[in-house]
Amino acid sequence: MTGSFPAAMLLKSLPEISLVILAGLVLLLSLVWKKRPPQALTWITIAGLMLCLLLALLFALPVKGPYLIWGGLLKIDVLSFLFRMIFLTGAALTVLISVERQPSQGQGEYLALLITSVFGMCLMAASADILMLYLAIEITAMPLFILAAFQFRQKKSAEAGLKYFLYGAMTSTVMVFGFSLLFGISGQTGYSAIAAALEPDRLPVSLTAGIFMLVLVGFLFKVSAAPFHFWAPDVYEGAPTPIAGFLSTASKAAGFAALLRILQEVFRASPELRFGLLAAAAVASMLIGNFLALRQKNLKRLLAYSSIAQAGYILVGAAVGTPLGASGAIYYLIAYLVTNLAAFGAVAVVSSNTGSDQIAAFSGLNRRNAALALVLGAALLSLGGVPVFAGFFGKFLVFASAVQAGAVWLAVIGVLNAVVGLYYYLNLLKVMYLDPVPEGSGPLTVVFPWKAALLVCAAGILVLGFIYRPWYHWADLAAQMLLLH
Amino acid sequence: MIPLSWYLILAALLFCIGLFGVLARKNSVAVLMSVELMLNAVNINLLAFWRYLYLTSTAYNGFVFVVVLFAVAAAETAVGLAIIISAYRSRKTVAAEDFTALQG
Repeated sequence: MTGSFPAAMLLKSLPEISLVILAGLVLLLSLVWKKRPPQALTWITIAGLMLCLLLALLFALPVKGPYLIWGGLLKIDVLSFLFRMIFLTGAALTVLISVERQPSQGQGEYLALLITSVFGMCLMAASADILMLYLAIEITAMPLFILAAFQFRQKKSAEAGLKYFLYGAMTSTVMVFGFSLLFGISGQTGYSAIAAALEPDRLPVSLTAGIFMLVLVGFLFKVSAAPFHFWAPDVYEGAPTPIAGFLSTASKAAGFAALLRILQEVFRASPELRFGLLAAAAVASMLIGNFLALRQKNLKRLLAYSSIAQAGYILVGAAVGTPLGASGAIYYLIAYLVTNLAAFGAVAVVSSNTGSDQIAAFSGLNRRNAALALVLGAALLSLGGVPVFAGFFGKFLVFASAVQAGAVWLAVIGVLNAVVGLYYYLNLLKVMYLDPVPEGSGPLTVVFPWKAALLVCAAGILVLGFIYRPWYHWADLAAQMLLLH
Repeated sequence: MIPLSWYLILAALLFCIGLFGVLARKNSVAVLMSVELMLNAVNINLLAFWRYLYLTSTAYNGFVFVVVLFAVAAAETAVGLAIIISAYRSRKTVAAEDFTALQG
């Protein structure tokens, strides 16, 4: 079913179109408006992102049944709608966290690149065509390569950008080699035509497995799952802290949105293959992430390893592939967005005050700024999956989906890993609440945009933990529609 | 006429040479060149499949895919070289093994 009336298509992609306009506008303003107030561009960007959100709510609400636009390139359904909300919210929070007390150089470029990457993410979640998907992944990745290297005068940031770029270029090329083979067997680039050519009676299973592995390389890199996780700790440590937060939440969510769609719409004829490979990647990510996080001294590195482990938990839901698994993965990603942005926001506040992101810089945090310690504490408990915080339902749903699908061993490994994870999160809480305040450190100043971002994140952590019905309803609707052909 | 399989074997070889280069070369610029080699393997694959199996008077999708890949490869090289130059300025080297500020 292809949309035929161009005006309707334009309305459905109005949020994406306005994102491109916003990126151009911010860049232009940064060039011509020299005497602007220091935070003007930040607030314009946030207003623009909120406007895109509003436009999506007004004009691009998902219709009944999947709906293809632009000749089958993009699919408008609950999944693409929901993830568009996730990306826009994540970007707005990242922009708030990015405010430094001194306006840094290149603010316009920074914001424009961030908006461009959100544009790519929206396309990633909606694409129903391998050509569109590849293009969307590159639109997302290239601004992020530059953003990771944005503080290029510092050795660490330049190195982080270089490592991220070399890894990203290599894995995305391996993935597009898989795409070229998909084109070869079907002669088409649309998901449904490729899926028809991948039926087991038309193609040997070994060939499907080979192509699947090639394609999976790009996705595992994008979501920072084992065995393509090596970049994550280095890049998170070296990149500007808000960008590290953005990479670990919105970029990961975009990878999972595209992965969930390609699993259900292209590789739907081979569920054993999907389960085998993804469960292996999930177990490896959980073990590597959690056990290497135990010995970290730098909080950004610790959060990077924790983010590898979280990718493992979410992969459990994707591997199972039932409606419960998919909706669990989506719920997890929503919860993870607010949780991890709160954690990285707190790190940004402390490191810009003390100049250090070592764990030692956080000792006695509750006596230097009690509210900040409270937010970071809530985020850590939510990451650990403690009940009443957002992360608990995410973990509960993905493990429940594994049990429901008969993979009890996978759920057991997951729960054991969650316990290991809880150990280092609680250890951080101990550092914040019980350890002595370091010599010569005063109270921390928190500027208004930081306060606003941390407040929104903290509210999100609590709301997603206490009232889970409406959010779960949306995640479930997205999963149901995804599995409906 | 040259059979399709020859092209596919050429593309596979080119891809493997590129992958080996990415994994084995120490110089960042050489790694970037190897990635471009892999992208060219993808292009040969796409064009060969399109020309031999799916060429009709209306289906240009394989051709369009290759054109898009060209554009992406060019943008990727531009971004990559810019990042490599900025890393070179801070470190005076482009050898991957010398980038050791981040480890653990």
